[in-house]
Amino acid sequence: MQTQSWLKSGLFAALATASFAAAPAQAQGSLVLYCSVQEEWCRPMAQAFEKETGIKVSMTRKSSGETYAQLKAEASNPRGDIWWGGTGDPHLQAAEEGLTEAYESPRNADLHDWAVRQWKQSKGRTVGVYAGALGFGFNTKQVASRKLDEPKCWADLIKANLKDEVQVADPNSSGTSYTLLATLVQLMGEDKAFDYLKALHRNINQYTKSGAAPAKATSLGETTVGITFMHDMVTMVVDGGPVKVVAPCEGTGYEIGSMSMVKGARNPDSAKKFYDWALTPAAQALATQAKSYQVPSNRSVVPPPQAPKLEEVKLIDYDFAKYGSSAERTRLLSKWDREVKVLPK
Amino acid sequence: MRGSTKLALLLGWLGYGLLPWYLLERVSFSSFGWLAGYPFGRAGSALALALSGQAPWLLPVGLAFALATLGLFRRDETAVARLLMLAGAAGMALFFAQGFAIGLKGQGMPWLAALLGGAGASQPGMGAGAFLAILSLLLLFCHGLAYRGYCKGDLFTTSAIGVIVLLIGLFIFFPVATILESALIDQNGAFALSAFTSRFFDSSIWGLGCITANTNCGVAWNTLLLAVLCGVITTLLGLACALLILRTGMPGKRVMRALTVLPIITPPFVIGLALILLFGRSGLLSNVLYEWFDVPRSRWIYGLPGVLLAQVLAFAPIAFLVLIGVVQGISPSLEEASQTLGAKRWQTFRTVTWPLLRPGIANAFLLGFVESMADFGNPLVLGGNYEVLSTKIFFAVVGASHNQGQAAVLAIVLLGFTLGAFWVQQRWLGDKSYTTVTGKGDSGLPTPLPRRVSWLAGLVILPWVALTFVIYLVILIGGFVKSMGRDYTPTLEHYRTGFSIDWSRGLFFDGAAWDSFFTTIKVAAISAPLTALIGLITAYLLTRQRFAGRGALEFATMLSFAIPGTVIGVAYILAFNVPPIEITGTGLILVIAFVFRNMPVGVRSGIAGLSQIDKSLDEASTTLRARSFTTLWRVVLPLLKPAIVSALVYSFVRSMTAVSAVIFLVSAEYNLATAYIVGRVEAGEFGLAIAYSSVLIVVMALGIGLIQLGVGERKLGRRKLIALSGSAAQPIAQGAAS
Repeated sequence: MQTQSWLKSGLFAALATASFAAAPAQAQGSLVLYCSVQEEWCRPMAQAFEKETGIKVSMTRKSSGETYAQLKAEASNPRGDIWWGGTGDPHLQAAEEGLTEAYESPRNADLHDWAVRQWKQSKGRTVGVYAGALGFGFNTKQVASRKLDEPKCWADLIKANLKDEVQVADPNSSGTSYTLLATLVQLMGEDKAFDYLKALHRNINQYTKSGAAPAKATSLGETTVGITFMHDMVTMVVDGGPVKVVAPCEGTGYEIGSMSMVKGARNPDSAKKFYDWALTPAAQALATQAKSYQVPSNRSVVPPPQAPKLEEVKLIDYDFAKYGSSAERTRLLSKWDREVKVLPK
Repeated sequence: MRGSTKLALLLGWLGYGLLPWYLLERVSFSSFGWLAGYPFGRAGSALALALSGQAPWLLPVGLAFALATLGLFRRDETAVARLLMLAGAAGMALFFAQGFAIGLKGQGMPWLAALLGGAGASQPGMGAGAFLAILSLLLLFCHGLAYRGYCKGDLFTTSAIGVIVLLIGLFIFFPVATILESALIDQNGAFALSAFTSRFFDSSIWGLGCITANTNCGVAWNTLLLAVLCGVITTLLGLACALLILRTGMPGKRVMRALTVLPIITPPFVIGLALILLFGRSGLLSNVLYEWFDVPRSRWIYGLPGVLLAQVLAFAPIAFLVLIGVVQGISPSLEEASQTLGAKRWQTFRTVTWPLLRPGIANAFLLGFVESMADFGNPLVLGGNYEVLSTKIFFAVVGASHNQGQAAVLAIVLLGFTLGAFWVQQRWLGDKSYTTVTGKGDSGLPTPLPRRVSWLAGLVILPWVALTFVIYLVILIGGFVKSMGRDYTPTLEHYRTGFSIDWSRGLFFDGAAWDSFFTTIKVAAISAPLTALIGLITAYLLTRQRFAGRGALEFATMLSFAIPGTVIGVAYILAFNVPPIEITGTGLILVIAFVFRNMPVGVRSGIAGLSQIDKSLDEASTTLRARSFTTLWRVVLPLLKPAIVSALVYSFVRSMTAVSAVIFLVSAEYNLATAYIVGRVEAGEFGLAIAYSSVLIVVMALGIGLIQLGVGERKLGRRKLIALSGSAAQPIAQGAAS
């Protein structure tokens, strides 16, 4: 009977795991939220919505790239209901591939033009919830100790005195850096932009993986200049870091943080409620409490004082449809890989 | 039919006839609405569903059980054997056929579904009933084999082989096949072999720019170089440390032992973070060097040196754990015999001790090599412009390019390297015997190390221990100051954010980290014993039983280890998000992912341990008419205690520290500590990340203590090492000389 005790342990394991697997118990009103901004912002959003509506929120925080990969993997059996936050390109790509659902919120009328434009471009599948402009920041201590002039323009970053002192993410891994690539192409024209990137390559000390990483490195003095979204740098300033945020003088591109409803969501009604709620001034005001200084998409929200004023930043007319499409993205990225990344330092 | 076969059959009928066949979602045990209509409806049993015509494709599976039941009425064992094998094999085939053919609407294999009478039908994922049914069918088949005389007619052995093969097939091969399939598919979803070749031979993988021009080398070469260096250095450090602790009278052994285990229980990223805070351009030590000695600040830490340093710090202890068991197991009598024959200490070490260490060395190197290849956290933080395969795969999946095909190709390259290392290791060890623990009493004293070796070992170990110490100091302090590297005001803020408890309305865990913390503990505590169990049974089968396909099984167990976690994570989502096995978003998928990712360590340490234990012990037990299970339980297991400890410790710790595999598998309800910490690091909140990591370190230390207390040490028939350094060893040396 030697098998018996073995079977017993097997049975025990099976029961233990079975009881574990049966756990996702959900009440009537529930919502699975995929959140792609930072935790401090995701959590109050989930809690505030729960308090307001009584709908139980299960929230997962993942970067927009990871969430997009997850949506794609789960496409045949979606687990999530709504995807809130994160840079707009993966949202647009998900819309293009039909992973998300079209929806027109009654709140659309209250939104800034750029948010509605995002919605129209995606045929109603994704809408803007906040915007952030691309820029760079520099470590004031490092600039002072090296007796450098404060950089003000994109052109300043390719000067020889900043050799090995600029940090930016790898566009292959970061949406932020892809925005930079697309911005420069629109700002300077493709050939000039790649000449610029080749010159910039000499000054780059590291292509980081995550888009916001150069902000922290700048604050710590690991690099003198970091290219990120301006609001990421503002967070460092508010945190007390010796950082100054710069809106480049030539003009710059921007991202539209977006929200999409998952196609085939299990809780479509809750998803719609969240969608409408997330566009209200009250919900959008939560950003400031979470030390996030993007510009909210609802016109009646007063942007936080620390936020870079979009009116004061010279913004280019960013073509999200063209540069968000996967064909153009693949072309630009592989060109960057071929022509810039392989260059000797 | 023997008793245990009857039990297996009963189990099968229970699963088929009584339990709910399908996976029940949203079940609560307080209200029983989900039971409505039982035994039909959502929670229905297969028997009822098949007979009522709701799921006619389940009927043939039942017929297989009926066929096996006929065996109860037959006396002739060969006839029973034939019946059981037929019923088991046919039942399993039908079971999987219906499972894979009929899935969600518009999925599965329509032609097969039509054949089984379920054209256009759909069914949810399998549940408890199906689980018991397939287990029973498998056992019936294996018992049939045993009745026919396979594996000396031992029921336990054949059943164990069957279960292990099934598990490996389902949870390693199936998901891996799913993801590798995408290597052959281009961006638009069409099948294209040319896409594969152009991706595979891309210069970004195999370029030699670092030799021919002043650019970066291909990512494959980078990874290989890093892994070889890491494997060699960790093995040397682990060996030096094991020898020092077991074979010398060096002071401070306990402290050293504790310090060497610390890096194992440290969540990834943290060592990398600490290294940046120490050696980064604005790091503590860099500042000191700059201000006192005018050494210019540089960014040397970002790149190969930094990643290698972090990996060595993190993985040398694994080599140490493997090697300490092996060094402990080397029979002192052999060494004494050598000395009695007039060999000097150094000669003994070179000709006796070293050759016996070889399996340990090979295993330790293999682990260091593979760990380095699969490591994701350290290259992410410290890699700089030094790209390795694991991070490249991750960003191929989640990065801006979203290229799953490229990820799969890179995974194939990575897999090739790891399997290559495995093959080389096998060649090096060959078929020699490394048996040192035998049934005969062994009353030898371990020889102390020759002075040359112990000085060398000490010289290597001390700086390493010192560095480890400093790093942990940084980690300890980092959680208690405002912003490490900039503002050293003491604060409890980080701990409060993560772990505050609100007592005002009763006990309420309102810290941000509690959810992921509890889930992590739960998952780790469930998966560790399962991992050790499956790993050691597999090791036992591989070393002690002869059966067809043994080599293939060994290869298969290494496979999940060789595949980087990121790929496994994506593969699991692709494979297990749809019926028949629909477990994404549950805690179960985390447990399974951990068990099958960590199992190879259980297998490896089991094999290393078992290869030291002489077969005569098993044979003695068998001669005394013990069955193989009894032998395993009463003779082999007690001698395997170090292997059990290392398997348990390793899987417990890895379940708490793994990142890459689970980052795709965590869900809203089951979030894990590491996934949470990665988020904190991404957001630049090093303080909270370090504080949380410190808490995890303490918890893991407690866990390891409990495991060691629970399992205990093995008792070998050897004299205690009394006053090893000097007096006790002298007489032997003198005796040898005279």
